[in-house]
Amino acid sequence: MEHNEHILERYERAWIFFGLAMITVFIILIGYMMLTMGNTNPVGAGRIDATKVRTEGNFANPRVEQVGNEYVAYVQGFSFGYLPAEMKFKAGRKVTFYITSPDVQHGFQVENTNINVQVIPGEIAKLSYTFEKPGEYRIICNEYCGIGHANMISKLIVEP
Amino acid sequence: MAVKTFPMNDAYVGAPEKKYTLFMLMLGFIALMVGTLFGPLQSFNYGGLDLYPFLKPVFQSYYQGLTLHGVLNAIIFTQLFGQAIMVYLPARELGLKPNMTLAWVSFWMALIGLLIAALPLLGNAASVLYTFYPPLQAHWAFYVGAAIFVLSSYVSIYLALDMWARWKKANPGKITPLATYMSVTYWLMWLLASLGLVVEALFLIAWSLGLVAGVDPLLMRTLFWYTGHPIVYFWLLPAYALAYTTLPRLAGGKLVSDPLSRLVFLLFLLFSVPVGFHHQFADPGIAPYWKMIHTILTMMVAVPSLITAFTIAASLEVAGRANGGKGILGWITALPWNNPTVLAFLLGFLAFIPGGAGGMVNASFNLNQNVHNTVWIPGHFHLQVGTLVTMAAMGTAFWLIPHLTGKPLVARGLALASQWLWFLGMFIMTFALHWMGFLYAVPRRSHISGSPVAMEAFRDSAAWMVLNIVSGVILLIAAILFFYVIYATALQSRREPSQVMAEVPFSEVISKPEGSSLALLTERVWFWFGIAVVLVVLAYGPVLFQMFTNMNPVPGQRLW
Ligand code: HEM
Ligand SMILES: [Cu+2]
Ligand SMILES: [Cu+2]
Repeated sequence: MEHNEHILERYERAWIFFGLAMITVFIILIGYMMLTMGNTNPVGAGRIDATKVRTEGNFANPRVEQVGNEYVAYVQGFSFGYLPAEMKFKAGRKVTFYITSPDVQHGFQVENTNINVQVIPGEIAKLSYTFEKPGEYRIICNEYCGIGHANMISKLIVEP
Repeated sequence: MAVKTFPMNDAYVGAPEKKYTLFMLMLGFIALMVGTLFGPLQSFNYGGLDLYPFLKPVFQSYYQGLTLHGVLNAIIFTQLFGQAIMVYLPARELGLKPNMTLAWVSFWMALIGLLIAALPLLGNAASVLYTFYPPLQAHWAFYVGAAIFVLSSYVSIYLALDMWARWKKANPGKITPLATYMSVTYWLMWLLASLGLVVEALFLIAWSLGLVAGVDPLLMRTLFWYTGHPIVYFWLLPAYALAYTTLPRLAGGKLVSDPLSRLVFLLFLLFSVPVGFHHQFADPGIAPYWKMIHTILTMMVAVPSLITAFTIAASLEVAGRANGGKGILGWITALPWNNPTVLAFLLGFLAFIPGGAGGMVNASFNLNQNVHNTVWIPGHFHLQVGTLVTMAAMGTAFWLIPHLTGKPLVARGLALASQWLWFLGMFIMTFALHWMGFLYAVPRRSHISGSPVAMEAFRDSAAWMVLNIVSGVILLIAAILFFYVIYATALQSRREPSQVMAEVPFSEVISKPEGSSLALLTERVWFWFGIAVVLVVLAYGPVLFQMFTNMNPVPGQRLW
């Protein structure tokens, strides 16, 4: 038994060491991806009075604007849809989205991309993305927002 | 056997804590039964099959059902199970009685809180899901009831710490016995972890009563997830404690290392809380470097689970070999798979392995973007709370109910079948949900079967949808079998003295705490608690301070 115990302890140490090493590798990988993959992780671009989203400022006029070679989109996610109702971009050009909500929380996930935003009333989310492949992309609300939540699916179009 | 002289009605004389434990346990299982009933309906939903039109007279919507599923299973059942186990184990181990007056106070608080919250839930006035994100606003009774329910756990904290203090006083200089150590660290972790929810509840109660016009949704989310991640350890640790202190014995072996088991619970005390931003990777308003700090801490909290995997596997190997298992894998087949408790734990841990791997994906900042709020997420946590935690509870019920009541387990075969089916059903369901979320971006919490738009959008995932229906049927059968077994056991009139006299099956250990420097180090619980507090202040302080001093209130909405 005495002997077995020592063997066990050695395995134990090896296992913990292996675990820690793996975790370190993971952390380095995540940091590396963060720095190199461009940032589609939404950041805050200021705050807003949720009750005035529909009447004042940029979001009262939801739109896609072309600025030089790039786009800027002001998007409202509301119960139960998105404005502007249709967005069009040319492939290969950078799009910067600003997104907020006038009512409750929503999601803004674009299928086949890693765009995925928690849309929170009072907060303006900002992220950039370049669509390389032309086609239709569905926009899906993935946060419960009331009885019509499942219908909250829209699309954007990327032209060649 | 002295059958005739056995006092039939007095199984609890001299052991009133048994009755308290039984009540907590059974109330928890009743909550689980009602909550679980909605599970198959949700699986059918993700199979494109909508049964809610038939339930209309009673339940108004999918979301009302989903709220009941989340609240009853994840908040009510889990807490009651913890209140039963993590008070009873130390009481038995130390041979002390908990303060019985307060024990019953905690039971009644839990029951009354549950009933108050149940009214608006059943009346469709609180269909806000178990995360109740503002600005969706429930009836005030929901928040008040939930708060009373959660506060009852504070009484349990006192019960455990009080027994520990009494034992310490009587045994100066001795190392706390293992199950008690686990209970103490568990309750201290919860004391620190629950603060977010308690503060949030104050805001939400004031808001739902109309005392304040709005609350800040981002601040509320942050407070919710401050508690929302460690709450999964609050669910998990009773299962771990049972796996460490009883499973090796039940399987016919010994726990390999006592000091290492202490270290596991200590690490949970340290790292459970300062990690909540990993639920908010997709949130604007929290700077990326804060998200990164929480990512690193989240990876740290994987360490105690890795150690657990090792210790439990090694202890089971000892058991398998003691039972005559030979060769590299022979010990596995030599385990008592025909013991329903052991079976439940074995299958639960088997499911926990892919669950843990998936958790690492979720916790990785970038990968998370692909799965956030898709059905991948419920796929992930049904491997953990839906499988390991729930199966540990079900498996424990198979010996604990006989131990508490003196009534022998009925229908052992059905008990075994319920566990195999539960495992199989969960395996199929979580498999399908993971892939539907990852490949087709199917959103969670979405009544897709009631929405032609959604069914059209996700028609490519039809093959996976079939699996959801299959798993829903299997899980329904598993649940019926399990609840039949425990109610038939608890409600029969037969009692056996030998069952009442039986001890809690505490495991012996191979590597003891006496003389271990690690055990001495972990024994300084209050010191470590202080470190845990400091970590939380560092990881949350600046962000919370900023949020509290710049609130952006938003009025409530009722959109269901
Ligand atoms: C018969 C067994 C079960 C089945 C078939 C089942 C099925 C499901 C499904 C399909 C979902 C996703 C629903 C959606 O996102 O719209 C879900 C959500 C959930 N389940 Fe289960 N489940 C079962 C048991 C359990 C158990 C035992 C627990 C915990 C102890 C649990 C906890 C949860 C939680 C917390 C959610 C999330 C609710 C939300 O998103 O608001 N489930 N369940
Ligand atoms: Cu929505
Ligand atoms: Cu978490």
